[in-house]
Amino acid sequence: MPTINVDKYRLFEELGEQFTEESFQQLCFDFGIELDKDTENDPSRPKDQRPELAIEIPANRYDMLCFEGIAMHLNIFRGKEGTPNWRLADIPEDKLQTLTITKETEQVRPYAAGAILRNIKFTQDSYDSFISLQDKLHQNLARQRTLVAIGTHDLDTIQGPFTYEALPPKDINFVPLNQTKKISGEELMSFYETDRHLGRYLHILRDKPVYPVILDANREICSLPPVINSERSKITLETKNVFIDMTATDQTKLDVVCNIMVAMFSKYCAEPFVIEPVKVVSEHNGATRITPSLATRTMDVEVDYLNQVTGLNESPESICKLLSKMAYKAEPSTDPKFVKVTVPPTRADVLHPCDVMEDVAIAYGFNSLPRSSPNRSVTIGKPLMINKLSDIVRTECAMAGWVEVMPLILCSHEENFEWLNRKDDGTTAVKLANPRTVEYQVARTSLLPGLLKTLSENKAMKLPLQIIESADVVFKDDSVERKARNERRWAAAHYGKTSGFEIVHGLLDRVMTMLKVAFVTHEEGLEGKSIDYTVKENPSKADGYFIQEIDEPTFFKGRAAAIYVRLGGELKRIGELGVLHPTVLEKFDLRYPVSTLEINLEVFL
Amino acid sequence: MAQTGGAPAGDLTTEILQALSQKDPINSTDAFPQIPFESIKAALDRLASRSMVTYEQIEREEAFLEPEAEIIVSHGSHEARVFDAVHKALEGLSIQDLEKEIGDKTVTKLGQGKAFKEKWIKKDGAKLVALVDSINDVTREQLKTIKETKTHDAKIIADLRKRKLLKLQKVISFTVHKGDKFALEMIKEETDLTAEMLASGAWKDATFKPYNFKALGADQHAGALHPLNKVRSEFRQIFFEMGFTEMPTNQFVESGFWNFDTLFVPQQHPARDLQDTFYVSDPPKAGRPTAAGPDDKANYEEYFENVKQVHQDGKYDSIGYRYPWAEDESLRLVLRTHTTSVSAAMLHKLAQHKDENGRVPPARYFSIDRVFRNETVDATHLCEFHQVEGVIADYGLTLGGLMEFMDMFFGAMGVTDLRYKPAYNPYTEPSMEIFSHHKGLNKLIEIGNSGIFRPEMLEAMGLPRDLRVFGFGLSLERPTMIKYGISNIRELLGHQVDLSFVQKNPAVRFDK
Repeated sequence: MPTINVDKYRLFEELGEQFTEESFQQLCFDFGIELDKDTENDPSRPKDQRPELAIEIPANRYDMLCFEGIAMHLNIFRGKEGTPNWRLADIPEDKLQTLTITKETEQVRPYAAGAILRNIKFTQDSYDSFISLQDKLHQNLARQRTLVAIGTHDLDTIQGPFTYEALPPKDINFVPLNQTKKISGEELMSFYETDRHLGRYLHILRDKPVYPVILDANREICSLPPVINSERSKITLETKNVFIDMTATDQTKLDVVCNIMVAMFSKYCAEPFVIEPVKVVSEHNGATRITPSLATRTMDVEVDYLNQVTGLNESPESICKLLSKMAYKAEPSTDPKFVKVTVPPTRADVLHPCDVMEDVAIAYGFNSLPRSSPNRSVTIGKPLMINKLSDIVRTECAMAGWVEVMPLILCSHEENFEWLNRKDDGTTAVKLANPRTVEYQVARTSLLPGLLKTLSENKAMKLPLQIIESADVVFKDDSVERKARNERRWAAAHYGKTSGFEIVHGLLDRVMTMLKVAFVTHEEGLEGKSIDYTVKENPSKADGYFIQEIDEPTFFKGRAAAIYVRLGGELKRIGELGVLHPTVLEKFDLRYPVSTLEINLEVFL
Repeated sequence: MAQTGGAPAGDLTTEILQALSQKDPINSTDAFPQIPFESIKAALDRLASRSMVTYEQIEREEAFLEPEAEIIVSHGSHEARVFDAVHKALEGLSIQDLEKEIGDKTVTKLGQGKAFKEKWIKKDGAKLVALVDSINDVTREQLKTIKETKTHDAKIIADLRKRKLLKLQKVISFTVHKGDKFALEMIKEETDLTAEMLASGAWKDATFKPYNFKALGADQHAGALHPLNKVRSEFRQIFFEMGFTEMPTNQFVESGFWNFDTLFVPQQHPARDLQDTFYVSDPPKAGRPTAAGPDDKANYEEYFENVKQVHQDGKYDSIGYRYPWAEDESLRLVLRTHTTSVSAAMLHKLAQHKDENGRVPPARYFSIDRVFRNETVDATHLCEFHQVEGVIADYGLTLGGLMEFMDMFFGAMGVTDLRYKPAYNPYTEPSMEIFSHHKGLNKLIEIGNSGIFRPEMLEAMGLPRDLRVFGFGLSLERPTMIKYGISNIRELLGHQVDLSFVQKNPAVRFDK
């Protein structure tokens, strides 16, 4: 959520009320913004700095990204003022400033719009807010200027009609904002490469054959969006007439930005809320039009719908009154089943009648809405079978004296492969494109790395340590839509002065018994039944499990076995147990022997 | 076993009782000078615990002879030895002869000086002669007394200490009196009730040693479930009681389609940034949504198209986001950022269960499972955490019903006095953040999110218009951290968790 810093006293003055911290907090809470900070009593605030409020704005309320928007909406919400009637200055079309878009811009940044604020009077505060709103729009709605970029100019320093063109870098030459010397388009990249503020926008143009530019009638460059304006046309506190250029790769967001910029700052014009439009000539794609649109949208919204979802029983008139607090113009429709709702040009967040419905609820007060039972129909609860199975195993292990751990799913490639003496053949592990650190390179394909890291972090504990985990690993799987699937595993690790192989083996026996899987002996001569385990002597057919020696580099030679299960006659290798190889211990920084077991639980579903 | 005795401590207790029968009180050092203090104390404690004796501990300083003083006691002081030698030689002694006679240069030298000072001897030419017939060897007498009594006048002690003949030591002894239950013999006590005693009946006559009820019992080497999973169990219980079915959330890798697009999260939404979401590089790309099996009769092509249209051009009374929706973006693979991707798939499945009137049955789903965010790790953020999520699909639901449900749900956890704040979430409208007044911090803290899923999301799935769907979510870690006062999430989840924390964490009882 964007956070906007506003001058506290100025805001309270604008709201015409001295709030206590508590009452202002309540107002924000009810309206759906959040008072994040009040520096009034902050000892670190310099004495000469006026107290500020940091206010968090919902990410879709672009019309509240500046002081003016916050003050206006809170005043409308409190019934102190109405929604302004923004309108375009009444100028014959042939007298309008024009911005002509050339076809070449399609290669880099195809859309543009313009607007003029006439006879504006800036104060330091409103000037700062004007700059700050551009920045907030750039960062949020415009996605770091990729979608939209805004340039503002002192209209009296440049000469219309304007053109929006795309020129080869070598044909571009101008003094950028806050610079004294001309640079060419070819120098642009190197010039701003190390600029902390502007450097991050260069990638939008890098390697493009042409750069977009706004030119005035004398073919002087006004701006090179989305990077920088010209020094010549820069606005100051004394600027009277502001020309705003906006260029974009997204038409919808261009219109939103255009409307918001002028809606917020036309209040400082000699004729408040009146905007001088610009004729955007775009003949190559038939998109010639007047900007800003300041288009309102009218919706007929069902009264029943609004009342039913909110649980209210309000008349159309009273609904209209509520909606006016949320900056709509609303009136009962000729059909009493509907209200006619006019969405102001600033409310780009309103997409559907449900947005209007939410605003009815906010205006009424969420916490004042009538309560009703959420239990309209009876439903039956049911666990997910794999979780139930997993819980049985976890609980049995805990009852057997083992401690459950919960390491992370993500781990480094090394931990998942090299450190376990395993090779990555590229067919198993899901790899991440953008991890911040090596700790999060792959989704684990084994529970062992997490268990071993946990042991390593707990070496100071009294030995032996016996830990278990039953959770998911992830495998690539080309046969499914997401190209990957989870697999529920169960693993255990024993850390002590002796290897503990038989202890881990015993835990396997115990859990198998609890899952009603018999132990099948694989050797001649081992016979009879123990008290705990059913031992079946013909391994070739009977269902059950057995273990068979394996030689795999994860384990110490002669001290590892694969675990096989035959269920319904089908034989499957479900995992392995063994004493870890000393080189594995060394990698995980473990000083004593470790025995582990790990199996796939899903075969027992 | 009851008859075996004869341990040294047993003997000592008997000896103490014997001594007390003859003299009451006794002083332990006097009575048992050779027995170490610790053994005496142990024996007295055993007797005292049976009220057979009472005792007070006495601490005093005792004087002990240094090795030089021991020599003085056996041979006399230096000056006395000098005098004796001189007195014995009737003709007097030369200094050399004196040395020879005494056989110790130091004694001779020190003794001469003192003997002169005491006017016991004098120099007569080259010879030393006695001035008196007999002397009183005061030092030797004093040291003799001290050796026997361990003490003397303070002034004398101080003087002798200055002469490095004595050292002082703290000595603890006990004055022992007969107790209420004094007897000459201590009855043998058993420490434990054994099977043999039961068999032989010896338990009837045996006396049992009292337990120390202030000590802890034996370590159980207990197994333990992880605290987070214990909290998870409690949540699951609440969900089951409220008729929720657990969702198949065992699918960490999702496509952008299921994780974002189906939820009406636009493709330029900040949540889809590299800074927030883990993208998968291998495998490179998801397939277009398809049926998972032969039973899945849903028309995924149509759904895919609906989602595209509602984003790009608007549909279902929505004007949409009006941007060019890209299939490539939709098919990018991510680690799911929320379990709501599974809720979406479940609701899409629900839409396939229409009756002849186009109605789907009401449903309640929940899950508690891992989600992934590409966060910078700190005390309250990990790249992985657990999301608790619930979905209620029914007809005629209202916002007041959602709040009523959340009151019940959190009430089952013992969290009351909830407040609801308007919020923004791309897939719910209205969206309500749930706050609770935290008594410790004395302020409202956010404990969860909730809302009604947007029609753009539900109608694209083919769900009927008048079916409303509540969604709510919270993290599993946050309430757990609040409940157990944990300030660092890494102490709760991940490999850095302390195993003793897992072992000692109490059972989770939300209702308590």
